[in-house]
Amino acid sequence: MNATIQRPDETLAAPELATPAAVTIDSVSKTFRLPHQQYSTLKERALHPLRSTSYDELHAVKDISLEIATGEFFGIVGRNGSGKSTLLKCIAGIYSVDFGRISIAGRLSPFIELGVGFNMDLTARDNVIINAIMLGLSRREAQARFDAVIAFAELEEFIDLKLKNYSSGMLVRLAFATAIQVDAEILLIDEVLAVGDAAFQQKCYEQFFRLKREGRTIVFVSHDMFSVERFCHRAMLMERGSVLKLGDPRDVARAYHKLNFGQLPHNAPPVADRPGDETVIADAWFENAAGERVTAVSQQEGLTICFEVRFAESLSNPLFAATLRTELGHTILVARSDQNGEASGIFRAGDSAIVRFEVPNWLTASRYVLTPSVAREGTGADAIALVEDMTSVMVHGNASGGILELPLQTTIDRL
Amino acid sequence: MNASPRILRPLPWRSSVARQVHGPSALGDDLRRFWSLTFTLARTEFKLRFYGSVLGYVWTLVRPLLLFGVLWIFFTKIGHVNKGHTPGEKYYGAQLLGSIILFTFFVEATTGSVRSVVDRENLVRKIRFPRLVIPLSVVLLALFNLGLNLIVVAIFSIGAGVRPMLSWLELPLIVGALIVFATGVAMLLSALFVHFRDIQPIWEVIAQIVFYASPVIISIQTVLAKLHGAWLHLYMFNPLAVIFQQFRHAMITHATPAAEAVIGSWSSLLGALAIIIALFVVGFAVFSRAAARIAENL
Repeated sequence: MNATIQRPDETLAAPELATPAAVTIDSVSKTFRLPHQQYSTLKERALHPLRSTSYDELHAVKDISLEIATGEFFGIVGRNGSGKSTLLKCIAGIYSVDFGRISIAGRLSPFIELGVGFNMDLTARDNVIINAIMLGLSRREAQARFDAVIAFAELEEFIDLKLKNYSSGMLVRLAFATAIQVDAEILLIDEVLAVGDAAFQQKCYEQFFRLKREGRTIVFVSHDMFSVERFCHRAMLMERGSVLKLGDPRDVARAYHKLNFGQLPHNAPPVADRPGDETVIADAWFENAAGERVTAVSQQEGLTICFEVRFAESLSNPLFAATLRTELGHTILVARSDQNGEASGIFRAGDSAIVRFEVPNWLTASRYVLTPSVAREGTGADAIALVEDMTSVMVHGNASGGILELPLQTTIDRL
Repeated sequence: MNASPRILRPLPWRSSVARQVHGPSALGDDLRRFWSLTFTLARTEFKLRFYGSVLGYVWTLVRPLLLFGVLWIFFTKIGHVNKGHTPGEKYYGAQLLGSIILFTFFVEATTGSVRSVVDRENLVRKIRFPRLVIPLSVVLLALFNLGLNLIVVAIFSIGAGVRPMLSWLELPLIVGALIVFATGVAMLLSALFVHFRDIQPIWEVIAQIVFYASPVIISIQTVLAKLHGAWLHLYMFNPLAVIFQQFRHAMITHATPAAEAVIGSWSSLLGALAIIIALFVVGFAVFSRAAARIAENL
């Protein structure tokens, strides 16, 4: 099977460096003072006017310099407390910087999170108008866009319902729809994509592609490497206030996973090492082409699904199966040991076996969740052991929008 | 066909010129947005109160009216504090109600704004907007209520026999002075509360003292009968005393003296005016200084 994929490049090329910078960050530092005593009182001040309050310093952002080109989709990733949100708030002008300077060219959307200022006691209609005004539109502009917002959120039937009666999914749809209406040239977005149902997520992705096509500059903070790889031209990994890696989103995503999980790829709980009275799936993991245990693989690298079974009864020709699903629950693959008509053989109580399914990795960049199972001989309906969502793997690489990145050969014949 | 609705118009963004990002400020650089935000926040709160309960607005009026009822019955039927000193005695009810309504505005605007910035934490930490919008929206909300309450005062006064006077034209000036005073205090308190969390109880006590130190229950004739010279001047340094007294004179009855006539000269009113202006300036300065770092100090 051909391992190289040739396909038309759907994503736009990164804006050239020659285009003027939309955001220029010049050796910016931000330090928070954390007083040992959270709040002082006026009484204390009056009684001890000379006592200086002691505090710790937290260097949230340390001397970061960065240029984001006009029209660039720029991702900032990092663990909690790495300073990425602080940097975003400095760009937004919510925090003032201690050193350095930040310049922007163009109108900046002043929002960092969705639905800020939503009031649960008001109707969707009132909230959309208020939120749009908070985001920088005038009342008239907000009213003119109201219908578009509601249509996008697909909430026409609920416009006069109070928000406290909304489901969380509906809230997020409303918030996203409002935010996307603010036609700023530079958008700052903090953690928004992990929301809504699958259909609405798809719609959000479309909006992001549209914004990208229209050449807006987007600075995007996320924990979701899938989105970062999918949308960003460039990405930056932050750790303890400094830049750890800056460049291609795929490299950054890999570095992020490495930082988070180290080299040891394992998130399945180990089963106690004792002879049980039940057949169990003791372990499940993924291996790359080199046979190493991994939690993340590159596309085309080859992927092996592995799990270990300990038998507590004698079985002839049991059926081993592995189901691979996306995080949204769509089944991508069901691998069965009887697929080629081969019998698996006889296992006795006390035996152990490792089952491996090797598949060509044509999966689109995303996270995949593994459900291994063992069943009695037959159709597979009579399961002996099954562990839902036992472990997962992250695939890095292209994400053209489909669920698979099948190898394809493009031919254009000029007539 | 493009499946996604095209809801944004194309932008002429290429022409943008780079400008430096500054931290948040008190006023911001766009006064229209400033006003629009202030009005929106106040309107939202007003609406919430209006529709929040069955009786809505009635509840915001019940408190001052109840206070008025209690004080009126006590001081006209039982206590007789002002007996014999009050020309225009038959307008005592209208005078009392007017002062209570004005004082209610002052208290709503000031105690309401103490916690306002801290209570709007989620906005402050996530959106860049001029910070002064928050306390000002509280003052504006109180002003909406004052507007409605003044109608009640007007109805009551006319019912009590007060007739239209040319001096009613002074109303904007009187209310204007009250707004400036309340705004200055509101800015000061809301900025201080970020650091000093005992501001709230302290201010509540001060507000109580101010209530009794202003001509609300008491008539100015009673004050004139007890206080003289420097003490009287001190009494009239209180901006609320001047504002309430002028309101009674201009809006209810000329039988009670104008604020400047209480002491006898315009120049002595300069003290109260100076306090109003000074508090406004100090309040604005303190708030502006705090504005840049409110988001991180919450």
